[in-house]
This record gives sequence, structure tokens and C-alpha cells, in this order.
Amino acid sequence: MDRLSPLPTAPLDNLQLRAELLRRLRSFFFDRGFLEVETPILSADTVVDRHLDPFGVEITSVSLPSPLSPLPQIHYLQTSPEFGMKRLLAAGAKAIYQVSKVFRRDEVGPLHNPEFTMVEWYRAGDGMSEGMQLTSDLCEALLARGPAERIGYREAFSKHVGIDPLAAETKTIIETVRRLDIAYPESLPEKDRDGWLDLLLVEKIQPHLGKERPTIVYDFPAGQAALSVIRPENPPVAERFELYVEGIELANGYHELLDVEELRRRNKTANAQRMADGKPPLPEESRLLEAMQAGLPPCTGVALGFDRLVMLAAGAKTLAEVLAFPFDRA
Amino acid sequence: MGSFSTSDFRKGLKVQLDGDPYIMIECNFVKPGKGQALYKCKLRNLLRGTVLDRTYKSGDSLEAAEIEEISAQFLYKQQDHFVFMHSETYEQYELTAEQVDDAWKYLKEGMVCSIVLYNNAPISMTPPNHVVLRVEYCEPGAKGNTATNVSKPCKVDTGAEFPCPAFVNIGDLIKIDTRTGEYVERVKE
Repeated sequence: MDRLSPLPTAPLDNLQLRAELLRRLRSFFFDRGFLEVETPILSADTVVDRHLDPFGVEITSVSLPSPLSPLPQIHYLQTSPEFGMKRLLAAGAKAIYQVSKVFRRDEVGPLHNPEFTMVEWYRAGDGMSEGMQLTSDLCEALLARGPAERIGYREAFSKHVGIDPLAAETKTIIETVRRLDIAYPESLPEKDRDGWLDLLLVEKIQPHLGKERPTIVYDFPAGQAALSVIRPENPPVAERFELYVEGIELANGYHELLDVEELRRRNKTANAQRMADGKPPLPEESRLLEAMQAGLPPCTGVALGFDRLVMLAAGAKTLAEVLAFPFDRA
Repeated sequence: MGSFSTSDFRKGLKVQLDGDPYIMIECNFVKPGKGQALYKCKLRNLLRGTVLDRTYKSGDSLEAAEIEEISAQFLYKQQDHFVFMHSETYEQYELTAEQVDDAWKYLKEGMVCSIVLYNNAPISMTPPNHVVLRVEYCEPGAKGNTATNVSKPCKVDTGAEFPCPAFVNIGDLIKIDTRTGEYVERVKE
């Protein structure tokens, strides 16, 4: 219906606020000695994740298949600038940030746009605590809702749904979803433990997070580690955290995985899951692995959804109110 | 009939579920942190009007409902029934007041509407997005008041009332957006 509308969906006041927040964000990082960087948005490498689908782009000439590249060569629009930034850290950068357009297929909704603006930063030497502190400081500087409170993933589950998400049997997690009368996908396999945990998180926990003050949830199940370090406790936890404001996920941080062999194993697992889900596999070898082989310094990295941040600052309910032209008008 | 994958899911999609036709009245995309995309949908049974909450994950699919949409002219109202005629076959269809719902406010003889058929029986109708109606009664507007932010109720020739700007007068033709019930503009004869 609005496909051909030339009009922006965001009021100009919100675009002004957007520019102002971007200016303050840059001065926040400048004041702390961070270097602003730019890394390729279109790259041969991409994050291998079960649930992240990049746009693949044919980069070779359409008309000339050559003996050197008989098949069209694919590059990927980045789902986050992670790989490029980590390669800079491996090359000696200490504290860097980037404001970048990133792209994710099939993610369209009031809080999702397939093309969005991500702010990502890394600081060598930071652990979980420093990473969470910096995230809280940035949130306070831009949203002025006080410092973030912290709650463990485990504690959040026991408080809101009364189970131990790390130790409970998958059977118990599924029973809890049913008992709380949550509509769940009939196709969700019983063995997909993290899928069931996500249902509880989305339906019963997330709405309470970041209500009074911004909230950081930390120490996730090892199955949801992505590119973070797994701390070998019993049960083990992923050193990962997420920032929530008004029930909306705003940022995700990792105490970064440094072990190159471990990343190879995770890539393999993620690709096997992708293929089982009927999705194409993604390249497992990358320049990131090469850089990690040479040595990535211990660090914490965080990615923040800038559009959502502007939306919260503007008191808006949808991304369309802070994007000049969302996907259906792009 | 074909089937829809989750990336086709949107408001207004008509699907077949447990043997009945449903319309998706809400579809909310959620994606937890590093998790799988979920589509939280509300579906209304097109025959019974009951509403279901269903959640799907990416990769799921739903069958398209076996329904047909036709365009039909509104002929007349008889007691509690509204009679329409298929624009091509001239076949007549009767809809109940319940099926017509709020759309009675816009119905004038000869208006071409869209009717949804299930097993060749009508189950719902939609008027055109914009209709032109004649104002039959309203309070006179203050002279010279061209403000558009003050509204007053105006009774139109279908018997319904719509809030209109103060400058609208008896006898005016006004355009109404049937999706919102809002006044759009005055139109010339």
C-alpha cells in the first residue's frame, strides 16, 4: 500500500535527535581515547551463525565466466563489522569503535530492519566487568536513565520463571513453557534446548528487563556463546552480556573468544545446524581465523543497535519513526 | 493452492489451518539475542470469528486458504441481509449484517466491493479504500472558520456519522477513508 510513497516515515525532529545522539556518541568514544575505524561492509568473510543470514552478493562480472573463477564469486554484506575490527585488534589496535550499516536477511518488524546501523566497539584488556561498565556508561551518557543494574541469566530465570536455566533438564524447560501457556512453534524440536529457553526469555523475562533502569543480563548458557569465551564452571557459562532498556534488547557484548581451534569447531557446528535447518552453509575459513592464529589480544567487544537507541530516546515505539526510509520504502 | 513461508507472513494473509480458513490479523517478528526468529501471530477464523494465538519459527510454512475474492456490486439491503451481485457472472450473494460489520457505513447502491468466498459462500466483504458520501445533516460551521483541527459530527446519506472539519456543510460530498473511517477531503460533484 505504501510501497511507492516517497515520504520519510520519521519526523524531521527525530532525524535531528538521531544526528545529535550520533555526535554525542562520537564524543563519548573520543573522550575515552577510542579510535574510530571503518572496515569493509562487503567482504569475502562472514560470521558463521545458525540464526544469522547474510545477503550474498555476486562480485564477479555477470557476463564473463573465466577459467580462473568459473563460478560466481560471492561476497557478504556484513551482519556486524566484527571480523574486520578483530583483525585490527590483532594488528595492534587497542581501543576502536565503528558506526556501520549492517545487513540481515529476513529480519523485518517493528524492531527490525534488514539494513540497520550498528555501533560496535572493542577494548583490549577488558574483561566482563570492564565491558559491562563501559556499556552502562555509554547508555547513561546517551539515554540518561541512570547506570545499568546487573542480573545473571540464571538469576533472571529463577526470579521470573522459577527454573534454573543452566542445570534444569530440557524436559523441565519445555514443561515450564507449557505450564505458563506460552504459544510455541509446533516444529520446535524437543532437543533444541536453547530454542525453548529463548521462548521463556522472550515471553516472560524480557518484558520485565530495563523497566526502572537499564538492565544488563550476563553469563549465558554455553550453547549461546556465539563468539564469546566459555568459562569452565559446572555448568559452564558463556561470558556474554546483553543490555535491555524498556524490555528491548539494545546491545550484546562478548568477552571475546581467542582460541582459534575452538572457533573452527563452533563454525563447523553452526554450519551443520544451518544445513539441518535447510539453510546454505557459510565459509568456515576466514581472515579472522588467520588473524587469531597470529594472536588476538584478550578483549571485550560490544555491538549496539543505534536505531533502537534513537527510538528509545525519542519515546518512539517502532524503528520506522526514527528511520528516514525503512525497508518497505527503501 | 500454494503455501506461505514465514518470510511471506504479514497482516491480511489468508491461510488454511486445521481445516478452516483464517486471516492473519497480527504478525509480530521477534528475535531473541542470538536465537531463532519467531513470528508471533494472531489468526482469526473467517467462519467463526474466533482468534488463535500461534507462534511460528523461521522455516515454518502455512497453506494458503482455499478462498476466492470477487468484486461485486452492492444492490440493496433487505431486513438483516445485504445483497450483492458478482460483477462478471451476475450471480447474487447475500451477506449478514454480522459479515458486513462496520462497512454498512459506506455502502451505497452500485458500489463495487470485494467479497471473500469460501466454498462459493460469502464470508466477508471489504468496501473500496475511499468512498464519496453526501452530508445530509450537520451543525452549521462558524463562518470563516477554515481550521481543520476542529471537528463536528456529520450525518451522511448511508445513515452513518463521521467527524468532519467545521467548514463542511449540508449537501457537501466528502471523501472518507474506509480503512480508518477518517475524513479525507471535500470533493466536487
